[in-house]
Amino acid sequence: MIDRLSWIAIYPEIVLLVMACAILLLDLFDKRPGRLLAYYLSLLTLLVLALLTASYAVGGQTVYGFGGMVVSDVMANWLKCFSALALLVTFIYGRTYVLDRDMLRGGEWYALGLLLLLGIFIIISANNFLTIYLGLELLSLASYTLVALWRHQVRSTEAAMKYFVLGAMASGFLLYGLSMLYGATGTLNIGEVFHAVQSGAADTRVLILGTVFVVSGLAFKLSSVPFHMWVPDVYDGAPTAVTLLLGAAPELAGFALAVRLLVEGLLPLALDWQPMLGIMAVGSLLLGNVVAIAQTNIKRMLAYSAISHMGFVLLGLMSGVVGSDTTLAANAYGSAMFYVVAYVLATLVSFGIVMLLAREGFESDQIADFAGLNKHHPLYAGIMAICMLSLTGFPPFIGFQAKLAILQALVNTGLPMYIGLAVFAVVMSLVGAFYYIRVIKVMYFDEPASTFSINVPLDMRGVLSLNGLALLVLGLVPGGLMALCARAAAQMLAT
Amino acid sequence: MAWLSLSIWTPIVFGVILLFLNKEEQVDLVRWVALVGSLISFAVTLPLYFGFDPTSAQMQFVENVPWIETFNINYHLGVDGLSVWFVLLTAFMTFIVVVAGWEVIQRKVNQYMAAFLILSGMMIGVFVALDGILFYMAFESTLVPMYIIIGIWGGPNRIYAAIKFFLYTFLGSLLMLVTFIYLYYASGGSFNVLDWQLLPEISSTAQTLIFFGLFAAFAVKVPMWPIHTWLPDAHVEAPTGGSVILAAIMLKLGAYGFIRFSLPIVPDAAHAWAWLIIALSLMAIVYIALVALIQPDMKRLVAYSSVAHMGFVTLGFFLFSDLGISGGIVQMISHGFVSGAMFLCIGVLYDRLHTRDIAAYGGVINSMPKFGFFALLFFMANSGLPGTSGFVGEWMVILASIKVNFWIGLLTATALISSAGYGLWMFKRVYFGAVGNEKVAGMSDINAREYFIMAILAVTVLWLGLYPAFFTNLMDPSVAHLVDQVHMTKLN
Repeated sequence: MIDRLSWIAIYPEIVLLVMACAILLLDLFDKRPGRLLAYYLSLLTLLVLALLTASYAVGGQTVYGFGGMVVSDVMANWLKCFSALALLVTFIYGRTYVLDRDMLRGGEWYALGLLLLLGIFIIISANNFLTIYLGLELLSLASYTLVALWRHQVRSTEAAMKYFVLGAMASGFLLYGLSMLYGATGTLNIGEVFHAVQSGAADTRVLILGTVFVVSGLAFKLSSVPFHMWVPDVYDGAPTAVTLLLGAAPELAGFALAVRLLVEGLLPLALDWQPMLGIMAVGSLLLGNVVAIAQTNIKRMLAYSAISHMGFVLLGLMSGVVGSDTTLAANAYGSAMFYVVAYVLATLVSFGIVMLLAREGFESDQIADFAGLNKHHPLYAGIMAICMLSLTGFPPFIGFQAKLAILQALVNTGLPMYIGLAVFAVVMSLVGAFYYIRVIKVMYFDEPASTFSINVPLDMRGVLSLNGLALLVLGLVPGGLMALCARAAAQMLAT
Repeated sequence: MAWLSLSIWTPIVFGVILLFLNKEEQVDLVRWVALVGSLISFAVTLPLYFGFDPTSAQMQFVENVPWIETFNINYHLGVDGLSVWFVLLTAFMTFIVVVAGWEVIQRKVNQYMAAFLILSGMMIGVFVALDGILFYMAFESTLVPMYIIIGIWGGPNRIYAAIKFFLYTFLGSLLMLVTFIYLYYASGGSFNVLDWQLLPEISSTAQTLIFFGLFAAFAVKVPMWPIHTWLPDAHVEAPTGGSVILAAIMLKLGAYGFIRFSLPIVPDAAHAWAWLIIALSLMAIVYIALVALIQPDMKRLVAYSSVAHMGFVTLGFFLFSDLGISGGIVQMISHGFVSGAMFLCIGVLYDRLHTRDIAAYGGVINSMPKFGFFALLFFMANSGLPGTSGFVGEWMVILASIKVNFWIGLLTATALISSAGYGLWMFKRVYFGAVGNEKVAGMSDINAREYFIMAILAVTVLWLGLYPAFFTNLMDPSVAHLVDQVHMTKLN
């Protein structure tokens, strides 16, 4: 039963797929080395997608399509809008970077990026276990290829190999878990799984075993302990533009994945999966923050920082259900969503600055490479400082509001255990503060090792400044974005 | 007029403007913009004094607009007798610091001036915020400008000092954040500080936890013994202006937190743990004063003296009497002027000889008679000489403590001797006696700019010392209200 409504639900995906193919083809006729045609077409596509999904989201409708295979609800549309924007910013930051590194033989960089986004969109919209898996594989395959795109670099190919092996294993975990859930409930549709689990007819032992595998697969995608091993190597080994591509938009997909599987499908089992998330969160916060201190490479440092931030997201996801009471759920999941968005916004800035300082034959991936940045480029030093403070969770930047949201979600459960977790998270933030402010120290207090001569294209300079400003402005007036996330979570739970 | 908002945002706006004037040749412009900005910022705080109703204990000049509705956070400002003076003090000291850094600072002048102006707005935000999250944001964000100030324009070991300063205070305030969120939960979803104060019932365990959560933030900031160790390092490495603001205002943020949060919100825990605070305060007053005595570095000496004097403040607060709390607040204001002035004096010497070693000086008064006069006045004020501002607060606290317990009073009173001891001994070694060496002999006396700052501070110190009622009149009703609150039990 494919009717008109079904098509509406996947318009963004269709646009994306068509444009990705069109760009790949049209690029064949563009002989200029800059691949400007593909660049501008990609930006246009992403802009259109962002507007389209935003207008869907404002419309507030929940539309199911293709016999319940996909769903287009408010949360999905906002997440799609944010990931399209994140990719847009990534393309702008990465343009000269990929050009300088011979990664633009053709327009694959743009086409693969768009396909990666397509995978993200499908995950976000999925309402069926198979759709989820489909989206996940598309996302993963595009990622593996992108990591290996700088093909003469041994480190990149090595990272791609590692990523592929571990990623394939994680997909296996997830698929195995999903098959168990299917065995227990007899359906692949997430809504029906929910009802089957709630009715209590399904065999609980199989369900829980399945949940364990699902959570493991999820942990890999969310880059949380103990499935985090690939993160530092891939972040470090991939060309910085690809690192940004993997570190920004896919985090939104990871969040969507968790929400679709755990919340929409397995909410009645919350008391079983919440402790698992709790352990992962504690491990991620501890390991991410402590190991990041020892890093001298900024990309590795940011990789460990990503692990620790995912710990915070998990804390938000695990504070939705107290006993059998789900009144706090909308608040908790809304907070987690806000946290992810805030994190992605800051990640864009941090890797943007790393790419800004990189030039031919020089990656500027050591923290020491930032020495004395304030002396010659106070603007960029300021933006990076804002970004680092935001990641620390320092007021008045958006990272603070995000931490506040998560902490209040934890404390609002009223359980001593959760309040203890809040204190633990806070102590870990202090550990995190040490390595973030060390970057500020290097930029502001150290003497420059060499003179920076960086010429930044106008588009990048403008977007970077806006991006940095957004960290501050959204920190000062976070009300709108917070309300948006809360509404999205509330509506997701209502259906 | 929204005077409180103006007080906060005027300096911040000027600070941001300064950040964009980063060309080398604009240095003079930068200085004048900073001066005008600090003057205007001070001017907009004056209506707070003239329009203040001294008979009321209520919050005045209240502004309250919704800010983050999801969590019921409001942009809620107001002052009462406890906080009004600190707004004026902050704006005033910022002006002093801008003048004091006039030609001393040559590197990145725009960032230096901007840091102080922005810092000023944030610190005023701490004193006037009536919403927990707003308070936290202001309290926390003051760290960044000070971190930058110490790190860029500080001494040789500045990076260690800056990071130590940052991490110490950050840990404390994070625990405060969790406490605030718990209070939000306990009060049924309100971040309003006044609502928290009116919470009718909090269990004994919860009160203790809240008390120590707040204590972590405020005690580090005050700083109280034994978590004071960041302060001497920060002071020694900071540039003169940084030391002045650190001593004059930033330490007051912690002490202010005690009377705005700890005492009224958890009165029973405050009573139960008063012995601890009193013991730590006495430790600061008696022991840290002795530590100050042996310091070879002038700044370090004054830094320890600050810790000792802040001991009076916390001691006064936790005696829970009108006299003690008023005494503590007066001591805070007085210490703001006096310690600021003392750090400026050290700055004057440092600018000329580029050392802070007491041993490198001697007989300064011979080459700098005008300066010597002012320095003596401030040292006397620091020792609590009657007629100067230092006397009033210390005297009130000593009196209040004798009423509570003779021995506490006796130990407190030893401060009058020990502070005279380390102050005068250092004064003797630096200023009196034979001229120490040729460099000292060649020092030029203070110029008009320095004379102006010294004179204006000297007048304030004497004013507060001779006519303290001018200051205490405004705070009496609020202090009485606070004493009522702290004697009302929340246990049932």
